[in-house]
Amino acid sequence: MSRTLCLTLRIWRQAGPDAPGGFESHRLEGVSADLSLLEALDQLNEQLIAAGQRPVGFDHDCREGICGSCGFLVNGQAHGPRAATTVCQLYLRHVADGATLVLEPWRARAFPVLQDLSVDRSGFDRILAAGGYCSVNTGSAPEANTILIGREQAASAFDTATCIGCGACVASCRNASASLFVAAKLAHLGQLPQGQPERGQRARALQQRMAEEGFGSCSNTLECEAVCPQQISADWISWMHREARPQAG
Amino acid sequence: MTAAPSGNASLDDLPLDPHLPAGRLATAWERTLLDLPRISPANKRGLRVLVVGSGLAGASAAATLAEQGYAVDVVTYHDSPRRAHSVAAQGGINAAKNYAGDGDSIERLFRDTVKGGDFRAREAGCHRLAEISGRLIDHCVAQGVPFAREYGGTLANRSFGGALVSRTFYARGQTGQQLLYGAVQALLRQVEAGRVRLFCRRDMLDLITVDGVARGVVCRHQLSGALECHTAHAVLLASGGYSNVYFLSTNAVKSNATALWCAHRRGAWFANPCFTQVHPTCIPSGGAYQSKLTLMSESLRNDGRVWLPLRPGDDRPPAEIPEAERDYFLERQYPTYGNLVPRDVASRRARERCLAGQGVGPGDGGSGGAQGVYLDLAEAIARDGRAAIEARYGNLLQMYARITGEDPFARPLRIAPAPHYTMGGLWVDYHLMSTIPGLFVLGEANFSEHGANRLGASALMQGLADGYVIAPATVTAWLAGQPQPEVGPEHPACRAALADVRARIDHLTAIGGSSSVDGLHRELGLLMLDVCGISRQAAGLRRGLEEVAQLTRRFHDDLCLPAVDTPIQGELEKALRLEDFLGLADLMLRDALAREESCGAHFREEHQSETGEALRDDVHFAHIAAWKHRQGSVPQRHIEPLSFSTVVPQARDYR
Ligand SMILES: Cc1cc2nc3c(=O)[nH]c(=O)nc-3n(C[C@H](O)[C@H](O)[C@H](O)COP(=O)(O)OP(=O)(O)OC[C@H]3O[C@@H](n4cnc5c(N)ncnc54)[C@H](O)[C@@H]3O)c2cc1C
Ligand code: SF4
Ligand code: FES
Repeated sequence: MSRTLCLTLRIWRQAGPDAPGGFESHRLEGVSADLSLLEALDQLNEQLIAAGQRPVGFDHDCREGICGSCGFLVNGQAHGPRAATTVCQLYLRHVADGATLVLEPWRARAFPVLQDLSVDRSGFDRILAAGGYCSVNTGSAPEANTILIGREQAASAFDTATCIGCGACVASCRNASASLFVAAKLAHLGQLPQGQPERGQRARALQQRMAEEGFGSCSNTLECEAVCPQQISADWISWMHREARPQAG
Repeated sequence: MTAAPSGNASLDDLPLDPHLPAGRLATAWERTLLDLPRISPANKRGLRVLVVGSGLAGASAAATLAEQGYAVDVVTYHDSPRRAHSVAAQGGINAAKNYAGDGDSIERLFRDTVKGGDFRAREAGCHRLAEISGRLIDHCVAQGVPFAREYGGTLANRSFGGALVSRTFYARGQTGQQLLYGAVQALLRQVEAGRVRLFCRRDMLDLITVDGVARGVVCRHQLSGALECHTAHAVLLASGGYSNVYFLSTNAVKSNATALWCAHRRGAWFANPCFTQVHPTCIPSGGAYQSKLTLMSESLRNDGRVWLPLRPGDDRPPAEIPEAERDYFLERQYPTYGNLVPRDVASRRARERCLAGQGVGPGDGGSGGAQGVYLDLAEAIARDGRAAIEARYGNLLQMYARITGEDPFARPLRIAPAPHYTMGGLWVDYHLMSTIPGLFVLGEANFSEHGANRLGASALMQGLADGYVIAPATVTAWLAGQPQPEVGPEHPACRAALADVRARIDHLTAIGGSSSVDGLHRELGLLMLDVCGISRQAAGLRRGLEEVAQLTRRFHDDLCLPAVDTPIQGELEKALRLEDFLGLADLMLRDALAREESCGAHFREEHQSETGEALRDDVHFAHIAAWKHRQGSVPQRHIEPLSFSTVVPQARDYR
């Protein structure tokens, strides 16, 4: 318990979307190894504020790996070195004493930097708005158990439905493709009977919107799968490509 | 009335009218629906409804109102509606479907809710909730929410804290996430259809009223720093709960009370602010910079046995403590319910044992001794196998291992109580309308049907019932009866509210002191946990009032905000929230002091039996307390009496 360590944080600082950016180094002494990396950033920010400087901007909220707010590169890796872990769940006990951590925002044309480590991911919502749902109005649903779904099938749909919309897949992809994010939603709804009526149309609409939003296309480097905190399988991208080709226009 | 504490307890002004339906409870909601005025779809198009919040309550209400034809605006401080705090709910959602065939029914869920709330909620509201519950599941399934299933393909259920039947629907440990995504997808469908406008990254900082009627809100755009007026024909607040008044809680770090508090200052009465729930199964707190407490779903209590070393100060590793030297204190004290006693009982008993020196793990930053108790899965693992336990609680156990660095399969989990849910909130009538006409309050933000204590898996049910079913009907009824003049951003009421907010921000940025927002907030949290947490007593509450007043003075005299010239100002956002938490803390203490009884999660040490059980006082306190804000004076306490026709008040007994 309560091991402490010294850290050097090299952080991308950029005051606003159009401001120039660059790295800035900060040293933290005697941080508790039981803290998360974000809590270390909180501690740094208290120091910066006390010194009259602008604190580091980064997105976060739940701090338990479920809301998808947090996310930046740690030493070049989206969400840092631990598998299946969002950066808010990255604890310093996994970091060596005296280590230097380089923190950078997601780098993708479709995710413009807002400030420091914070980026604009609203493109994801616009993709989902194109058809990432079952079109049912409130009040029109049949009794729930009239739709039977096998346990395995439901579990598989659930696995793909767990995508938290963090954007790590995009940030780690050299084409900045959102294919894993899109495939996850298509697979969630496409595996369920409720999702069948709109299945083909949904697959086309989401892929088309993805391209319109400035995300690249997939060239199978599979980095996305490696960084995905929800461990969504890239096999779903191949599945998506079999589902429906995006239509021109 | 018992002796009234300072400055309240009067029945002047207008009596509170909850507009409860008359006649038989079982048919009351259906009859109400038939009588509510309606609006033709064509006329709905010209009416704008503003929803603050995109959690389960806000997203479901906004989507449904837009489906019906209204023009809907949604304001949220998140960058995407999908990130609202509802996403973190783990355990499940209740519904009276009786799929398990164990005798559940609407009547039973209704009774359990009234009893669970310790007879401090309205019967009519609880009954309506139970009636609606089943249809919520139908709708969520139709949306594609991937609930857990049985091998035959039907929906699976489990039993959840305090219930003797299996009525909880779940999606592994991520039920809130899946329900929220269903609601948010429905919302995005309406965005695409052009019926909803989404305003993300906005902090609501004031309510705009015109002739006493709610007509809009003032927001600060977090990216541009601009102050904006959003006007509408009706305003719905679905801004969540206020557990972060305690600084460390299971809520998301940015969850806040600001929307509620500014509505309160504008005339919305605040009901039962001291009814806050402390959850027994959280990961104990660690270092000084810890930013939040993480919940371990109490579904773990189905399979885990809670125990402590019998001997205080016994610091042997758990595996070395023999059976005979373990105190399974919940099973010992409550043979019927055992480890499944309601949250408040479990939290209180755990605190007692820890105060007696039996607690395990590192000490807590505030109150000294070790605060943890063991939750032991060993027996369940031996019985069902590791694979079954992993399948049931996989992501929870991974999370535990990540945060604590301990392997939950090798040693018992350590858990501790943490602030979790707030039953109090803005007072609303049966139609979910606050004391400000045209202002509706939904979800955890209202004081709702959970009385003095909420049952596990009932918040998701209530948020969705408010949003999908109740508000769409009652907001329509309100709008049908109210021809309203158009109000645009140039209206004097908008300009005045905007000027107020600007003055407030200017004041904070001009202080130039040396106390950080988080530092002050941490102090407030420790204080509130100490005097207004699991257990309360008059002397502590009075001391709390003085200390909150001191903290408030320090906030205004010595706050430190960094001088930055960028429009993005995270510290300012936090300072505005803290200012409102300080106001609310004062009100919570007054409410706790005035309620001279123990009921549900509100435990007054002066009011307990010889065996330490809560003593409710139905003669003097069978009422909802609703507080009216008075500028420059102490708030005024009003009451709404409660009567029970179906479920006869009885002492809660889980032994
Ligand atoms: C860890 C955890 C687990 C839980 N598990 C369960 C469970 O298993 N079952 C159950 O029934 N309940 C559970 N609960 C309780 C339940 O999740 C909440 O009560 C419920 O989700 C609240 O929903 P809501 O829509 O009222 O508010 P929230 O989901 O909190 O949404 C609030 C919304 O309001 C917005 N907002 C707030 N203030 C402002 C402002 N000033 N300006 C602009 N926007 C604002 C936010 O951006 C957000 O969109 C759990 C709670 C926690 C903390
Ligand atoms: S697919 Fe994975 S990496 Fe991509 S947004 Fe979803 S959770 Fe994040
Ligand atoms: S802060 Fe919510 S996932 Fe990291």
